[in-house]
Amino acid sequence: MNSTSLWYATRASGIVALILLTLTMVLGLVTTTRPRARNWPGFAQQEIHRRISIMAVVFVAIHVFTSILDTYVHIGWLAVVVPFASPYSRFWVGLGTIALDLMVAVFVSSLLRAHLKPGTWRAIHWLAYASWPVALIHTFGMGTDSREHWVIALGALCVLAVGLSLAWRVRAAAKRRASVPTTANHLVPLNPHVTTARTRGPL
Amino acid sequence: MRIRIDPVACEAYGYCAELLPEAISLDEWGYPIVDDRPLDSELMALAKRAVRDCPKRAITLLDKTSG
Amino acid sequence: MTQANPVQALDDVHRLLGHPSDLRGHLNAHGPLNVPLGRNGSWQQDLVTSLEASGLNGRGGSAFPTSIKLALARSAGRGGSVVVNAMEGEPASDKDTLLLIRTPHLVLDGAQYLGALCHAARIVVCIPIGRDPVATAVNQAILERARNCYAPVREEIVRPPGRFLAGEESALTNWIESARPLPVFRPDKGAPLRLGGRPALVHNAETLAHIALIARHGAGPFRARGMTEEPGTSLVTISGDVKYPGVVEIDRGTPLWDIATRSQPVASVQALLVGGYGGTWVGPGHFGTPYAPIALRTIGAAAGAGVIAVLGETSCGLAESARIARYLAGQGAGQCGPCVYGLPAIADDMARLARGEGSGEDIVRLHRRLDQVNGRGACRHPDGAVNLVRSALAIFAGDVAAHGQGHPCRHWRKPTSLRFPRTVGL
Repeated sequence: MNSTSLWYATRASGIVALILLTLTMVLGLVTTTRPRARNWPGFAQQEIHRRISIMAVVFVAIHVFTSILDTYVHIGWLAVVVPFASPYSRFWVGLGTIALDLMVAVFVSSLLRAHLKPGTWRAIHWLAYASWPVALIHTFGMGTDSREHWVIALGALCVLAVGLSLAWRVRAAAKRRASVPTTANHLVPLNPHVTTARTRGPL
Repeated sequence: MRIRIDPVACEAYGYCAELLPEAISLDEWGYPIVDDRPLDSELMALAKRAVRDCPKRAITLLDKTSG
Repeated sequence: MTQANPVQALDDVHRLLGHPSDLRGHLNAHGPLNVPLGRNGSWQQDLVTSLEASGLNGRGGSAFPTSIKLALARSAGRGGSVVVNAMEGEPASDKDTLLLIRTPHLVLDGAQYLGALCHAARIVVCIPIGRDPVATAVNQAILERARNCYAPVREEIVRPPGRFLAGEESALTNWIESARPLPVFRPDKGAPLRLGGRPALVHNAETLAHIALIARHGAGPFRARGMTEEPGTSLVTISGDVKYPGVVEIDRGTPLWDIATRSQPVASVQALLVGGYGGTWVGPGHFGTPYAPIALRTIGAAAGAGVIAVLGETSCGLAESARIARYLAGQGAGQCGPCVYGLPAIADDMARLARGEGSGEDIVRLHRRLDQVNGRGACRHPDGAVNLVRSALAIFAGDVAAHGQGHPCRHWRKPTSLRFPRTVGL
């Protein structure tokens, strides 16, 4: 395994990981509660979301290992978990480390979901909203392929996909909130009645 | 084995009704209505899956003797 | 069955009402508290036996046997709390308010007796925001007791928000613990409530007053009133189309009609609402039913919060029921989907029916919704609303037919005879 093939492996697995992470985000965002009518099974979407996230983790692992094993530039094992510990391209690799750390937190918390309070699990899962953009910026910051037209187009597609999904989710949540009935008292005439003196005695 | 749903935790994701339509149906607002009959053994695997998959952990399985 | 005696002598010491409200007068009427300090095993046993013998059950709506509730709490450990439930969330009910303003010491004594039996560390009196006269009276009483070193267990007042559900047992303890007046999903009702990890015994104010009288005078006087199967007296609030609304103390087993006439209905009575806004409409055929849980159950009703509302001929039963449904829909805790969505939908259906805009399909859909909503909340709030609407549709069936064909009675526009508070915000 020479340095060049390791380098290609790092770049390729990185791109694939970004695509898979984007898909994971989309599948996680586009979920509904109280569906009017759902044309596809929600439980299956949740399952696919999980499985794609596992694939993303696998590709990130390949990406990280090949980048460390490649001795052409020195990154070092410490930089896998500690941000900005890499001598090579300290800042951009550091962003990658941050994205990885957040991803691992999300992943591990989901594995242990049954043992966590729902609020705790949810809070950790929200770190995904930080992990994805950091991974995206890391991709383009590293610079290796980021001038290629197809990579730029891919990046734009990823941003579009997550952006649209996020907008959809925000709108769906607002619609759901608005559909909770307010119970105005105006439909049937009601006295503007204030209870009279409470100290009426026994009859 | 019976199904019990915590109505406070439930937020009508509807996955349980998709997995177990034989025992769970949805009312007009998307919330689950559970058939109170004891579960068939063939449905047990699906029932356990419904318990695992509920995003709000609102569904549990009870022994017939407890609860 | 003892004959219900509507006229009670004012100096009958065993009445709940009619006693002086200051501590000295209270002691003159009832004698000392007599809770022995230190080892008091035989005193405890005697009191427990008295309570069992009395057959007292809860006067807050549950009608749960007091002695059983006590046994569960006692087995759950020491150092807990006795919670006085004076929330009186039922808009048509005044009895607890009156009791606490007129005879706070009787209620507080009841809590002290239970506190001694459970080795409680404190007594928490829950008075809602919006009932300041009650808080003032109880506070004064507590200060008086403290000045005279009268109360063995520490007494304190808390002020939860005045919502309908805030007086539900588990909502009350939940609020005390975490400031959220929301009922808790409790599939196992036998497990006692807990506050700060220790047991909490929650009782309606009137129940505690009865306990105080039984502890002082024994189970005999209590059992001498009312019926053998349903002994004692109850406080009932009468409202609606009557000349003299108010609170009356009646022997259990008094026929509903005899209670209602105490307030002098202003017109011919077409129905009585028994139990509260989650209760049941009762038609003329059942006006003779004795006011007692067992008898009321046979006609599908319950004593509930001790409320009887009188509906005269000049009111529209459907319109009043629609208003109640609307009120109840707005008073849910907002935790459970079927209640949050179902009750307003049912209220909408009832409102349309009251206005004469409903149709046959609307009525069918309403029945379906009632079936769907019943029993699917964490507490009994939706069940109460369903019960009320179902009984309205049954008792006012004639109106349902007429309104459903676009011919509403002319009374639906008339201002309500029922009592609804300004909604108190959380």
